[in-house]
Formats: sequence, structure tokens, C-alpha cells
Amino acid sequence: MGIKSPLITLMPNKTFFWFFLPTGLAMILFIGLPIISTGIQSFYAQHDQVVKEVKKCDPFGCTVSIVVDQEKTSKIREEKPLGKFNGFGTYVDRNHLAIEEIGKFWNETNSFGEFVDQVTNLPFYKALIFTLTYCLFVTPNVLLLGFIIALSLNAVTRRIRGPLIFGTILPMIVTPLVGSLVLFWMIDAEGIIGANLQMLMDDPYLSLKSSKTLTWITIIIYGIWHHSPFAFVVFYAALQTVPQEPVEAAIIDGASRWQRVRHIVLPHIYPVVTFVALISLMDNFRVFEPIIGFSAEGSAQSLSWLIYDNLVNEEVILFGSAAATSMMTIVGIAILLAPVLIRTWKEFRTAR
Amino acid sequence: MEYGLDKRSNALKIFNTTFIIVWLLVACFPFIWTFWGSFKVRADFFSRADWWYAITAFNTLLETGGKFTTDAYSQAWTEGEFWKASRNTVIVTFFVVTISLFLGTLGAYALSRSTRNYAFWILIAALIFRAMPHITLVSGYLFPFFQLQIWGILPTTIVVLVAINQPFTLWLLYSFFKTVPKELDESALIDGCSYFQAFRHIIMPVMWPGVITAGLFSLMLAYNDFTVTALLLNQENHTMVPKIQSYLGTNQHEGNLMWAVSAVVSATAPLFMLVMFFQRQVISGLTAGAVKG
Repeated sequence: MGIKSPLITLMPNKTFFWFFLPTGLAMILFIGLPIISTGIQSFYAQHDQVVKEVKKCDPFGCTVSIVVDQEKTSKIREEKPLGKFNGFGTYVDRNHLAIEEIGKFWNETNSFGEFVDQVTNLPFYKALIFTLTYCLFVTPNVLLLGFIIALSLNAVTRRIRGPLIFGTILPMIVTPLVGSLVLFWMIDAEGIIGANLQMLMDDPYLSLKSSKTLTWITIIIYGIWHHSPFAFVVFYAALQTVPQEPVEAAIIDGASRWQRVRHIVLPHIYPVVTFVALISLMDNFRVFEPIIGFSAEGSAQSLSWLIYDNLVNEEVILFGSAAATSMMTIVGIAILLAPVLIRTWKEFRTAR
Repeated sequence: MEYGLDKRSNALKIFNTTFIIVWLLVACFPFIWTFWGSFKVRADFFSRADWWYAITAFNTLLETGGKFTTDAYSQAWTEGEFWKASRNTVIVTFFVVTISLFLGTLGAYALSRSTRNYAFWILIAALIFRAMPHITLVSGYLFPFFQLQIWGILPTTIVVLVAINQPFTLWLLYSFFKTVPKELDESALIDGCSYFQAFRHIIMPVMWPGVITAGLFSLMLAYNDFTVTALLLNQENHTMVPKIQSYLGTNQHEGNLMWAVSAVVSATAPLFMLVMFFQRQVISGLTAGAVKG
């Protein structure tokens, strides 16, 4: 090491390497490699069970029956634990992209509506549609509700804001499973809201589980409830940085409250809005725990839930199937992130 | 926006107050209700006959002789082995927070002091890693972990949670380190300190607010995690959140649902107290990086 100039502090590569090594290693080993591992697993499928014919004879004659050869099956599974090579087979099978089935539906169905109906009944497309619907309804509402809460809390006397903020962020700090359970216990037919709804609607059979639409709406409301506090916190902090002079000038010029929000506050916090939208979109895309909390597997399945379901499969864990869904989820995330990455890259280029 | 010029009409004030009250009810009532219900018997909190029983405690009086009962708690913590789950949560949370902060501060310091291109690309890679759904990573872990026979034990889960947590910790601490003037470590370097000494003795002492915020978020991630702990730990080593889920499984068993209710309250209470105490740090952490846009 020579003499260090105080004007140019560029951390030497070697120093950087040693400082970054531990965290870099952790991320490569436990985030980078698993993605590769998922990629490899997605090309394999679990072994079929080995069957053998068993001839059984009794005084009335012989019958041949087919049984599973447990010994051979477990031997093959032990020798090749990854399963048999399947190429893109898993990706196109009925439980994923279902290319063949879609072709069949296209030829067999009479109207386009019927075709869409059939396709959206396939597990992967069903989950994809729920995931997208959830993102589509939750994200904008989270932005809107978070912004309104931030505006109204910002108008409250400073002294009592602390406790109000604490109350507001509660839904965000509990884990989604607990948050959805707490709501589910109230909304369920035996809970306080569910029972009252039954009375109000005069329908003793009204319950969350009985209706698909109702389940979807409940999960979406849960999502808005859970994520709005995050949007609130960020918007609230951003509101503190809005410059006062233009606002005061606008008031003197006679601008209405709405005009001030629209033309001064919103443009100022615009970058934060994109940040919140992005984070909330990423989080909503992985929706999964509320489905378990609301025990809504019957009528609402998300991509993440499909993977979970494969991984907790009773008989044999469906590594290949889970991995294929995972890879397609990652592609989905990449599509969501692409605009942001391109923008960052452009900013970086111009900054240089 | 409390400006002298800005006079609110009374109608707007009333609307604003009403809105906040309604929102706070929506946000907090479910927790208050669950807390209240956890001291009742199942027939009251999940009443088929009349939800009003949850308030009058009709069945609780019949079954236990009092208006409130702590049966659900005592059963869940002993018979339901919730004590074991909470012990595991404490172990996992403690190690995840400590290791995360150790790795994160080192890495983020280097990132904030390097102006080279690769620092930028590392931050972008961290952002992409942050976006990965945890369940897709878990589907990558399971098979290798089975093969290496490290599935089911606490250390594996701790390391995995640390790694999953790193991208966020790096970004958060990076934005905090950026606010520490470079002149501080430069002068230390001129005085003959090594980079590590400057980091250890000059930078870390002024970084405590950032470290506390990052620590809180690691804590919330480890404490709240369901996906990783449910799939990477065996029954014996389950932490609180997967344990709560396991109480739901056997709905037939009288009392188990109340175990889940009391377990939810037991798991949530410490978290709420912690956040009440560190509210300022949580909020500054959420907005770090965001506000600067």
C-alpha cells in the first residue's frame, strides 16, 4: 500500500473483497445456487413406481395381478434420487403449461368463452389468474388507502400522532399467517362478523367457504389491510419533506385543497410512489400464507401455493413439479422487474 | 401540513377525524377481539348459536365457573409444546439477527465506500434476490438438504434465513452508511488505521441507529417467517408460526383451535411491545432509501 491520497478514496479491490466475502458467500450459496438447483430439478421428474405381475393360483384357476414392486422402486429412488430426466416434459404437462390440453380445448370447444373457461380450470392457469387478480386489485388500493391515511394523519395534532401511527402499522408487523387467521376467525360463519352478516343478509348458509367470489374478495381485502400500513409509512415520511413555500403560495393564489395535492404534493412524492408500487407488487406476487390462514385452498390457489402444495405432498415430494412452477414464477418476477431494471440501467449510464 | 394560512373547514375536520377513527378500528379491532376471545372457551369464541356469547361468556361460565379462563394458554404451552416452539423461535431469531448484522454491516460498508461499477451491479443483484419468492428458494433447498442430511435442524434454517435476509439488510445499511461522511474514515486512514480498524473504531460507533433498524427488520423476518421454517424444520424443531399452523390441522379435536388462538396472542404480544418501543427506528428503516427516491 502506497501513500493514500485523502482526495481519492477508492476502496482497494482486495479490501472490498474481504469485507464483502461473508455476505457475498451467503447470498451465492443460499440464493444463487438454490435458483440453479431449482432449474436443474425442473428438468427431472420423480420415478414411476416399478410394477410387477404376480400370478396367484388357487383351485379355481390362476389370476394375474399387477402390484407395486416396493423393493425395486425404493432401490431406483435411492440410486437416482433426482428422478428421471424429463427435459421440458414437466413444463408442458397438465399441471403446468398444459400445451396439449389447450390445443385440445381449442379444437373441441364451440365458443371462445367456453375455451377460456376450460383453460382457466387448469391448475397452473387458475393459480396464475388468482395471483394476477390479487396483484391487480391489491396494489392500487394499497397505494390509494396508504396515501389517504398518510394525508389524514398528517393533519392531526402532532402530540397524538405517535399512538395513532402505532395503531396504523399493527396489521403490517404481524406475519401474514397470523394476520389472516385473526381476520378469518372473525369473518368465518362462527365469528363475530360472519354471524352478523348471516343475520343481515338473512341467509343462514352464507359463509366464506361456500362462495368462490366471496373468498377472493376476502383475501383481497386482507391484502389491502395488511399492505396499506407499509404504503402509509413511506408516504407519511415523504409528506414531511414536501417544501412549504409552493404550498403557501398556492393557498394565497386560491388553489383548492385538491389542486394543492394534485399539483404540488403528488409530483413531489412521485418517486416514492413508484418505489411503493414496486415493492408491493413484488410482495403481492408471492401471495401464499393468507390462502392457508383462510383455509381457502378450495377456491383460491396462487403460484406460490402450488409450489408449497407440491413440496408438502404426502406420498412423494414432487420436486420436479415444484421446481418447474418455481422457474415460471421467477420468469414472472423478471417480467415485473424488467422496467425498473432498465430504468436504473439508463440512469446509471447517464450518471457516468 | 399545519400552516397558519391553511384553515380547514369544520366539515373537513369532522370527515378527517371520522376516517381516522374508522381506519384505526379496522386496523386494531381484530387484534383486540382475538386477545379478548383467547380467554374464552371455544364454544363462546366460535359460537354456533350466538356470537354474543363471546362477550357474555355463557359457555365459559358453564365450563370453568369464571368469565375468563387461561386454560387455552396453559394447555397450548404445556400439552401443545408451545414452550418448545417459542424456545426455538428465540434461538433462531437471536442467531439470525446477530449473524445478519455482522455480515451486513461489513458488506454494506464496503459497498458504500467503493465507487466502482461492480458495487452498483452487486446492489442490483441484491434487489433481484430480494424479489425472489421465498417458496421458490425453498424448492431449491429441499432436495440438496435431504441429500446432505442437513434438513430439519435449526442451524440450517438459521443460515438460510440469514442469507434470505441479506439483500434487504445490505440495501438498508448501505443507505445508512452513505449518510456517514467519508471524511471520517479518510482521516482515520491517513492516521495509519487499516480499513478494518477505521470501520471498527470510527464508523461503527456512529452507526448505531442504522444497526438497530436493520436488527429490528432481521428480527421481524426471522420471528415471522413461515415458508422457510415450516418446510425446512422437522416437527420437533418447529418455531412458533409453523406450530400455530399445526394446531389448525386437527380441527376436530376440541380445544386445539383455542390453542391456536392463545398461541397467536402469545406470539404477537412480544412483537407489538418491541415495535411500540422501537417505533421510530422501524419507520426510519422503512423510509430509508425510499424518501431520497
